Amino acid sequence: MLSESEPHFRQPLLKTPFHERARAVSQVDSFIPWAGYTTVDVFTTVEQEYFAIRNATTLYDLTPMVKYRIAGPGAMRYLNRLMTRDIAKLKPGRVAYGVWCNDGGHLIDDGTVFRLGETEYRLCTGERQLDWLLDSAVGFEVEISEVTQEIAALAVQGPTSCALLKTFGLAGVERLKPFELAHFLPPPSLGVAAIMVSRTGFTGDLGYELWMRPADAEAIWDGLMEAGHTRGIRPIGSRALNIARIEAGFLLPNFDFVSSERTLRLGTERSPLELGLGWLVDFQKGHFTGRRALLEEERRGPRRRLVGLDIEGTKPAHNALLYSDNSGKRQVGSVASATWSPTCKRNIALAMMDAPHIEPGLTVWAEIYLNRELVWERRMAQAKLVPRPFFTPERRRLTPPADC
Amino acid sequence: MGSNSSRRHDAIIVGAGHNGLVAACYLARAGLDVLVLERNTYVGGAAVSRQLYENFTYSNCSYVCSLLRTEIIRGLELPRFGLQIIPYEGGCTMMRNGDHLALYDNHDALRREIARHSKRDAEAYERYLRDMLRQCRFIKPLLLREPPDPTSFKPRDIMELLHLGKHFHGLGEERMYDTLRFWTMSCADFLDEYFESEIVKAHLAGSSIIGTALGPRSPGTAYVLLHHYMGSIDGTVGAWGFARGGMGAVTKALAASFEASGGTIRSGAPVNQVLVHNGRAIGVVLDGGEEIHAPVVVSNLDVRRTFLETMDTKDLPPDFVEQVRNFKIRGSSGKLNIALDGLPRFPAIPQGSPSTRGDMHVTDTMEMLERAYDDWKEGRWSRAPYIDMLIPSQIDPTMAPDGKHYMSVFVQYCPYRLAAGEWNAERRQAFGKTVIDTIAAHSPNFKDLILHAEIRTPWDIENEVGLTEGNIFQGELTFDQLLFNRPIPGYAQYRAPVRGMYLCGSSTHPGGGVMGAPGANAASAILRDLRKTQ
Repeated sequence: MLSESEPHFRQPLLKTPFHERARAVSQVDSFIPWAGYTTVDVFTTVEQEYFAIRNATTLYDLTPMVKYRIAGPGAMRYLNRLMTRDIAKLKPGRVAYGVWCNDGGHLIDDGTVFRLGETEYRLCTGERQLDWLLDSAVGFEVEISEVTQEIAALAVQGPTSCALLKTFGLAGVERLKPFELAHFLPPPSLGVAAIMVSRTGFTGDLGYELWMRPADAEAIWDGLMEAGHTRGIRPIGSRALNIARIEAGFLLPNFDFVSSERTLRLGTERSPLELGLGWLVDFQKGHFTGRRALLEEERRGPRRRLVGLDIEGTKPAHNALLYSDNSGKRQVGSVASATWSPTCKRNIALAMMDAPHIEPGLTVWAEIYLNRELVWERRMAQAKLVPRPFFTPERRRLTPPADC
Repeated sequence: MGSNSSRRHDAIIVGAGHNGLVAACYLARAGLDVLVLERNTYVGGAAVSRQLYENFTYSNCSYVCSLLRTEIIRGLELPRFGLQIIPYEGGCTMMRNGDHLALYDNHDALRREIARHSKRDAEAYERYLRDMLRQCRFIKPLLLREPPDPTSFKPRDIMELLHLGKHFHGLGEERMYDTLRFWTMSCADFLDEYFESEIVKAHLAGSSIIGTALGPRSPGTAYVLLHHYMGSIDGTVGAWGFARGGMGAVTKALAASFEASGGTIRSGAPVNQVLVHNGRAIGVVLDGGEEIHAPVVVSNLDVRRTFLETMDTKDLPPDFVEQVRNFKIRGSSGKLNIALDGLPRFPAIPQGSPSTRGDMHVTDTMEMLERAYDDWKEGRWSRAPYIDMLIPSQIDPTMAPDGKHYMSVFVQYCPYRLAAGEWNAERRQAFGKTVIDTIAAHSPNFKDLILHAEIRTPWDIENEVGLTEGNIFQGELTFDQLLFNRPIPGYAQYRAPVRGMYLCGSSTHPGGGVMGAPGANAASAILRDLRKTQ
């Protein structure tokens, strides 16, 4: 399945089962490491790839997402203690986004939970954390194992993705509701096993994620490219996806927060309440890790908050410090993720603000550095607090999608 | 012979080890007329490079570099005077079953390597690193500060205690608990909180007992582990490297920096005694009887040697002398320096792996490490010793002729006093043979490649370098001998009970490991005192 011909000291990064296909169509040879795999940053141009997400259909290799199989009679109780959200409500065949914290109520990671059966779940996360998951499992009848290498995953996202999957041969895929999963048998001519499809994604658009055996990965890639060649299908790298996820207001670990399992400095941990994920915290469901600390935080109010910003001008406010006025004297926060949004035609950012300064419609000032042919200028740009997500098209939720 | 006082100096440093030279540099840069006296015909103390076999350079004692404070390297312009520190590239422990654990620089390669032994440990390693880094962040700012005396009401001590308290409190509640545990617990207990794999623990535990007369299950060894982790190279915390040209390059650069500031070094000038008059140090007398005067005398020697052998104990408070006698400074390490005709083969390590371009070990269980310590307690060298083995010439081309290699083998445990009797040439050879056999068990062609070997027992180290019992840290790094208790409670601020007399060696805070911090801190204390009296 995976290329293990080279020892890991010579080739530290693993190749995903889609690697050969990706390499063949990569025009600019731009690869980056992601969770131990070598993955594509850019195939052709970021712009073309981005517009394919919002206009047609894209393929994104998400095999490196860390996947855990969590199974056993205690699996549901285990996950409910681990995560802040009420997992008891998650029915078989459904997927939920959630977060988990340490006892101090500080975020360890976010991820998606797939309920595959009565007593079997899959947890997909950005970072490896078997150590934490096993520590949390003491006293539960549950088995936890990392299955990242056993499952290949491909995101098929974009407004025409449903139609494309139908053409590909996944009959009935249009009936899949957001956060629903089902198994489909691709056309027998491909000679592959049934695949799992979930209506999930990181683009905030209509889209699906396909989960398959690594051995079937290339056949499915080929089949999708073939089915989509008239619909402008194109593989995308992480750079294009990053623009889409900021528009959708999704958080990226190590950009918008650092796992409390990794932080060295006090005060750099983040709580779900600070990150605007209070809706994922269910204090009614019974005990979960971090509950007491989060209750206390809710009582006194979070110290800081992740907010959406709409910034004047067109220059993305990467790493910008935020000030209460344009004198730049009193810092009130800093930008986490920033991009020009090609769809909204707005200069947007996710930023962490000190809580006392937050009120809707507030204006702050972002310190942006402009490169004028290597002559650097500092600009104080007005930034308005605006609701997230920045872009949320109706097609994202419509079942069946309009063209299916 | 016997000629009376030559020129008068502002300060005399006894011993041209790295800390003596660091102190000398700072004093000279402050405008003092400083004389460094060195017993040996060469400078460097335990940071020396010597040629004992044709065209091979040995790092005879200390052999790797990490803890030397960046502030000192920069402040004394050591790169300008030739110091280059090159990080090494990996590390490994070869196992008795033919397998191995490699430590790679590359994060992903390392994770996959540890996962070969335990998937869980591969991820627990991240938590381990995080906790080590958190503690390092706490301790690092304390290294270049004089430890406050908690019993003193002097404004400076109170301010420093407040600083320490505030700094400590800044850690956060949970990490304050961790810190206290860190300073007191055993390395074995500490590693058990993270890892399940024996080989992972055995590999990491090595740093907890190096130079220390304790086993991995002895309380206090977790701190020694941290002590070896708080250095850095170019911002990479915990990284170790080679000084290009051997560890002598460190002291060579320091000596050059010192001389460029107008300082004088006299080697081959053994100090016989520190002269004390009316409770004040006034200079030294050399073995030949020559007297040299200075109002400040700074000893780079360890606390035992300083006060019991170069001072008249009648000049010192009796309880102080008693505490000096009780200072724990036990010999537990030996060293082999080997000239090799080529690169040894290590069948356990895959061809091309960078893990041989760093520290190599052969102790694959905690049990084996503890048993090695048991031998020491019984007064013999470990029959299966822990070795920290490096081949610097793979990275530093100046150490050996092309195609040939220099191997440095640090050996733990080796007692200063043998139960069987005094060290002699025969026993030294037998000790060397134990080590060579230990390596040969993992390298079939090793013995055939040996051109020359320098074998150094704790007795040899004491006699050549002057470190009491051959203790590489100038005293154990246990909590009872750290911070404001190092070396002696009440005398942790580099000042001796005799006015004008100072200590600047690793016996003082923050301890050994070629850090340079004791020398720098001692210089600050001296300069502060001089400003006061002016």
